[in-house]
Amino acid sequence: MTSSWLDLQVVWMAINIFLFLWFYFFYDLGDQFFYTRHILGSALAWARAPAAVLNFNCLLILLPVCRNLLSLIRGSFMCCGRTMRKQLDKNISFHKLVAYMIGLMTAVHTIAHLLNAEWYYNSRLGEYDDLSTALSSLDDLGNTTFLNPIRSTTTTPTLLVFTSVAGITGVIITLSLILMITSSMEVIRRSYFEVFWFTHHLFIVFFAGLVIHGAGRIVRRQTTTDPPHNTTFCKDRIDDWGKIQECPVPQFAGGFPQTWMWVIGPMVLYVCERLLRFIRSMQTVKYRKIVIRPSKVLELQLVKNGFKMGVGQYVFLNCPAISQLEWHPFTMTSAPEEDFFSVHIRSVGDWTQKLISIAAHQCDKSKMGVDGPFGTASEDVFDYEVAMLVGAGIGVTPFASILKSIWYKFKDSNPKLRTRKIYFYWLCRETHAFEWFADLLQLLEREMEERGMGNFLTYKLYLTGWDQSHANHVMVHADADTDVVTGLKQKTNYGRPNWDKEFEQVRKENPTSVVGTFLCGPAVLGTVLSKKCVKYTDVDPRKTKFYFNKENF
Amino acid sequence: MGKIEWAMWANEQALAAGLILLTGGIVGVAGQFRDWEFAAYAIAAGVFVCLLEYPRGKRNKGTSVERTGQYCFTVCVKSFGPLTRNYYVRAFLHAAICVPGGFILATVLGCVCLGIASLIYLAAAIRGEQWEPILPRKESARKPVGESIKLPPQNPPPRPPAEMRRKRAEDLEAASYVNPIAVTANDD
Repeated sequence: MTSSWLDLQVVWMAINIFLFLWFYFFYDLGDQFFYTRHILGSALAWARAPAAVLNFNCLLILLPVCRNLLSLIRGSFMCCGRTMRKQLDKNISFHKLVAYMIGLMTAVHTIAHLLNAEWYYNSRLGEYDDLSTALSSLDDLGNTTFLNPIRSTTTTPTLLVFTSVAGITGVIITLSLILMITSSMEVIRRSYFEVFWFTHHLFIVFFAGLVIHGAGRIVRRQTTTDPPHNTTFCKDRIDDWGKIQECPVPQFAGGFPQTWMWVIGPMVLYVCERLLRFIRSMQTVKYRKIVIRPSKVLELQLVKNGFKMGVGQYVFLNCPAISQLEWHPFTMTSAPEEDFFSVHIRSVGDWTQKLISIAAHQCDKSKMGVDGPFGTASEDVFDYEVAMLVGAGIGVTPFASILKSIWYKFKDSNPKLRTRKIYFYWLCRETHAFEWFADLLQLLEREMEERGMGNFLTYKLYLTGWDQSHANHVMVHADADTDVVTGLKQKTNYGRPNWDKEFEQVRKENPTSVVGTFLCGPAVLGTVLSKKCVKYTDVDPRKTKFYFNKENF
Repeated sequence: MGKIEWAMWANEQALAAGLILLTGGIVGVAGQFRDWEFAAYAIAAGVFVCLLEYPRGKRNKGTSVERTGQYCFTVCVKSFGPLTRNYYVRAFLHAAICVPGGFILATVLGCVCLGIASLIYLAAAIRGEQWEPILPRKESARKPVGESIKLPPQNPPPRPPAEMRRKRAEDLEAASYVNPIAVTANDD
């Protein structure tokens, strides 16, 4: 799965490099820019090459965030295997990568143009050689056209920037870009989402300015005259320009603005995306049940026409009563086999807090908008005879959906389900916010016992945030049949799992099976687990084999 | 947007502005632009702003994430006391610093960015936010053991009920015990 993400990055970088070099040499070697280069040197090419890369990346940046479009594509690629679809889930990572490139190229482009502005200015004031001065004095009157956009001798580079379309739009869009970037820093995004979300809408200003940025056509190239003006011959005969046959006065014209051609497509797609989200938000969503779970967790069971989900997917919820504009993602905790879909919402910020208080007051009259489902359905889980599922902290949420779905499929003897045994490892600091999940495990435990399938699911809970009072409590109740903390029949462990022991046990109990390991949790844990999978996989193909699947829930 | 700590965003913006000011200054000096003295100023101003803004302040709510290696900067900034703690001071400082940047093109962007940061700091100051240093937690974070542990026990140890403790008549052998130390009468 990771290799296709790597491939995408390699292809993208290759295109960037190609564009940069192509346009660099176009402007640095092209004859039509000979005179322009005489004044600006290679700063011309250093400004135009990033501009091309910017065009390409501004085209790309809108695409990964068209989540409905991507879902559509993913749907039509059902046959083409899961690797392609997983690629589409790296959307936010790709969006960020492209954004960094835009930031970097903007810096190079701006610095190069700073140099250009200064050198054009100096040239206009006659501080360089005669050719330079002659070129700069060419004016837009009668039968001459200008090369140097600084037409007067009393202006300054700053004034040039603020009185030209390119300059003003350049400053405005760069400013928007900087504000978007500073408010997208992880610290801000994770803690003050609204600042990030609202500031990010400056992209509208960015794209509007970007499209008209080139309208002033101030990058000038020499046009062919009749008879032609041979630069090599004529550059040393400035005084003869217009007087001899070989050297008519050179004419210049600006390049046709091209950026709009690159970005118009994605802009239209993005508008469609937002329209689609709006339409979806208008569709009726009915509340089937609203439950306030222990520790102020809100469970919403919703019903929407034509809504189909897969395990481990997420939806975006919008509550106009709280905020018209905010959409927040939540992993679904229901199984596709159920006739509703549910989410469990913890109070982690303003929006969720308000939602919980609205729900607590039985306001099921309040409308709810739902967009989705999104994300790759984690269908892989069903393919393995033995599954090791590891959920850390809030990563346990998609497993609610997975465990329920596995249980439904098992009960109905669904042929899609190859799983015969599940090992579930639940790691969290404390179960406080996840009592609803403990309740779910209890329920599954009971149902399995009733059918005599007590061995189907083995789960272990690891409390990594224990302290002395916990330990005391456990010591006193050591003889009890069910776990004192969670009420579960299988006991709670304190501290982190000893993965070597766990993998040994799984291998011992399943000597010939293929075991799939799934993690929803921190990347560090993923590295540990993937190493253990390699370590405990037997070379002998008849013995146990472990496969690690890093699901990006 | 009730719980936003504007200072956190102002800090990101100011740090970015410092870098942009610095870059613009370097370009202006290296390119030997007209009025390059403003660019030289921008280099100094940019470095100063970066040093001031590099250490992140402590958040009121939630965990504060430090920037890599910010501890020494934290100590420096902290030593200025109210000058660096108060965001009104920072807002006016940044507003003042950014002005000379507006005189040449190379530093105009840095000037505007710093101006915006100044405004956000003003908003933070009005809301009563303050810069608190992120200092390493002291070792005494562990709950202190209560004093009572040093006193002798007040209660007898828990035992099974008296009935179980009572020696049974049927089982005299088990009921007796051998004194480990010879018992002698107390000869007063």
